[in-house]
Amino acid sequence: MSIDVEQFHGVFFDESEEHLQAMEDLLMTIDVDAPDIEELNSIFRAAHSIKGGSGIFGFDRLTGLTHIMETLLDKARNQSIELDTAIVDLFLETVDILKATLTAYREQQPLPEAEIAAGIAQLEATLSAFDNAPKADSVQNQDAIEEDDGFGFFDDLPEPDSTSETVEASADTDDLFGDLAFGAEAQSAERAAPQATTEEEDGFGFFDDIVTPDVNNSPQSDEAFGFFEELPEPPKTPVASVTPIQTAAKKPATTNNSSAARESGSIRVDTAKIDGMVNLVGELVITQSMLSMIGRDIEGQSGEMLQAAIDELQRNTREIQESVMSMRMLPVNMTFNRFPRVVRDLSQKLGKQVKLVIEGGATEIDKSLIEKLVDPLTHLVRNSIDHGIESPQTRAEAGKPESGTVILSAQQKGSSIIISISDDGAGLNRERIMDKAVQNGLPVSLDMPDSDVWQLIFQPGFSTAAEVTDVSGRGVGMDVVRRNIESIGGRIEIESNLGKGSSFSIHLPLTLAIVDGMCVTVGEQIFVMPLLNIIESFQPKPEQIQTIGNDNVLWIRDEYWPLVPLHQMMQVDDAIAEPTESIIVLLESGKNRFGVQVDALMGQQQVVIKSLEKHYKKVAGVAGATIMGDGKVALIIDVDSMAQSCQLTIKHEVCA
Amino acid sequence: MSDSTLQQSPVASNEKEFLSFVLGKEHYALDITTVKEIRGYEAATKIANAPAFIKGVLNLRGDIVPIVDLRLKFNVGEATYNEFTIVIMLHVHERIVGVVVDGVSDVVRLTDEQILPPPEFGVAFDSQYLHGLSEVDDTMVILVNIEKLITSDALALVDSNPNMSLAG
Repeated sequence: MSIDVEQFHGVFFDESEEHLQAMEDLLMTIDVDAPDIEELNSIFRAAHSIKGGSGIFGFDRLTGLTHIMETLLDKARNQSIELDTAIVDLFLETVDILKATLTAYREQQPLPEAEIAAGIAQLEATLSAFDNAPKADSVQNQDAIEEDDGFGFFDDLPEPDSTSETVEASADTDDLFGDLAFGAEAQSAERAAPQATTEEEDGFGFFDDIVTPDVNNSPQSDEAFGFFEELPEPPKTPVASVTPIQTAAKKPATTNNSSAARESGSIRVDTAKIDGMVNLVGELVITQSMLSMIGRDIEGQSGEMLQAAIDELQRNTREIQESVMSMRMLPVNMTFNRFPRVVRDLSQKLGKQVKLVIEGGATEIDKSLIEKLVDPLTHLVRNSIDHGIESPQTRAEAGKPESGTVILSAQQKGSSIIISISDDGAGLNRERIMDKAVQNGLPVSLDMPDSDVWQLIFQPGFSTAAEVTDVSGRGVGMDVVRRNIESIGGRIEIESNLGKGSSFSIHLPLTLAIVDGMCVTVGEQIFVMPLLNIIESFQPKPEQIQTIGNDNVLWIRDEYWPLVPLHQMMQVDDAIAEPTESIIVLLESGKNRFGVQVDALMGQQQVVIKSLEKHYKKVAGVAGATIMGDGKVALIIDVDSMAQSCQLTIKHEVCA
Repeated sequence: MSDSTLQQSPVASNEKEFLSFVLGKEHYALDITTVKEIRGYEAATKIANAPAFIKGVLNLRGDIVPIVDLRLKFNVGEATYNEFTIVIMLHVHERIVGVVVDGVSDVVRLTDEQILPPPEFGVAFDSQYLHGLSEVDDTMVILVNIEKLITSDALALVDSNPNMSLAG
């Protein structure tokens, strides 16, 4: 059969990756002394799903390995073998090999044949070490039915639907199974279904998840999966034809869209589609605010009615916006979940005792950010274990518990997410960093504040590790970490106490598309300031304004604050020049605080961030633009870059 | 852009369509396939630290589009803004740019033979941004190489980016 099944490969790869991750997570948490049968079942099901899918697509290396793993898992869950750490480790290794194999298939790279062979050999050795204790087929069949969890794609579908397409099964290898025939035959098919159909018919639309009943008893059952390699006719509409086991009657296939939605809790949607929707909703928000502006001018009864309708629209728009945004949001656990394994492997390798604590894993963050967080976070966690946490002896000598702790936490603060990696290790060594900086010819001065010194480690080629290990120390990392984080609109801050530990916090925007802003006017122009950065705003009294050189500074809360007149910075004419007649907005960005002088506050509004760079270029001090209710463009202030430029001028004045 | 491509179909293969416009007293023309739309002038949002000929940015149905006044850039005519002032929205290299001109006159069809090489001097535009000269109804029309002009460093509309530095 010449069939284009490649369109489904992506789905298979994605799902298999999830299954592997799920297996790894479960294996990490399993209690070898008293294993939870449900957990073992879940691991088994995950392995089985990968086996089924890989068989269908002819990824037979995956099939072979998962098959034997599944056999072993099956024994474990039937309690015919005792679990121990060695077996769990073996499973974890197998998961690694599976991951590598999956990646190789996905990227069409050469397969890691040696590892696969070694993995199979090891699993077989373990398997043969245990006495085969086959269970009655019937019992297993029963299990199989209960455990049929499908691929979340096609699943059992009871109702017959005569309009559906037909699926032809190739049953040339069915005889290997005897009691299990795959393939759903539709009555209308001219090419009649193979004769091998038996009473225990288990159709498959695509991925179906039926435990092969005699796994234990057929050592050669690698070949038995040959039947997966032949494919059903690719349906134009996805088809699942699943006939309940134990039913002799053939039931026609039905389209499966509805069943996928009904039976599984989630569907897969291309992110491009969601992005398109986010954009459209952005437009909707703009149109809605245009309408409400126009509505204000209409008087009388119809005006009131219009106003009520617009209010309703506004509520709905906001809800649509929120739900579309939430589609893009995923819990950070998606990223955090991989770290127990990283920590476990790394601490074993380095002979350190490290406990990983994960906090706030349920915090949700934009999907695009999740993907880009993986590399920087992995790097920081590895750094913490390699450089931060000391060896058990050193820790004992320092009077600390032998086991170090790494805390990975996520929390939402306003419209930003803070992800921090803290350890109770040695902390950053100021002197070593300074020495290294001098060696590398970086401009440093001895009285630099700590926070500036820590920033030095983000310089390219900077590693203070005494020797290069294969874990870290090559100094190629931290600058990349910072670049990655900045590329997603975040920033990274370091706190460190020598001997007590260090903490890296990554501040990220909740989403890249919308910001809560305060609209301010300067002259004729409107600017938007991110609400997140605003501390307060007020009209200053004359005694609060002091002059240094030509610039004003602000005396408030017993501190001097730099004062930036927005009209000067943005070159706006007809603005109020006199600070005491204008409004001061106090802004905060990182550790920088300053006041910005504007003419008036207009009000708070959610704005859709539009890129200036798409058709123009980056403008200093401006994070982007947005479209106001009247269709005019307003610029969004980039508080971070503004802080940097005003910090420079203040420093300059202090030095001068 | 696609519309103009459609209209072009009856044109002979070596004939090209140009949109002619007026800057001060001079007649210019640009490749019509780069024109997205023509609209009246409306005030744009100013951008700080931008050269004077960049009038600011406008909302073109959700896109934030920069507006360039070629009269200011090339010192032609007077940069007045009234109800007759026209903005030609251009679509060049995935970017949209609005160009302020004194008026749009006509669509002209020219064959390669009708286009003469540009003079080295005597026009407001640097000759590297010119495509050539032609005569239409006894009037000299200066053909502007608008793609090169829009992406040039002189207009500073794009960040110096190797992909876009076509003007060199």
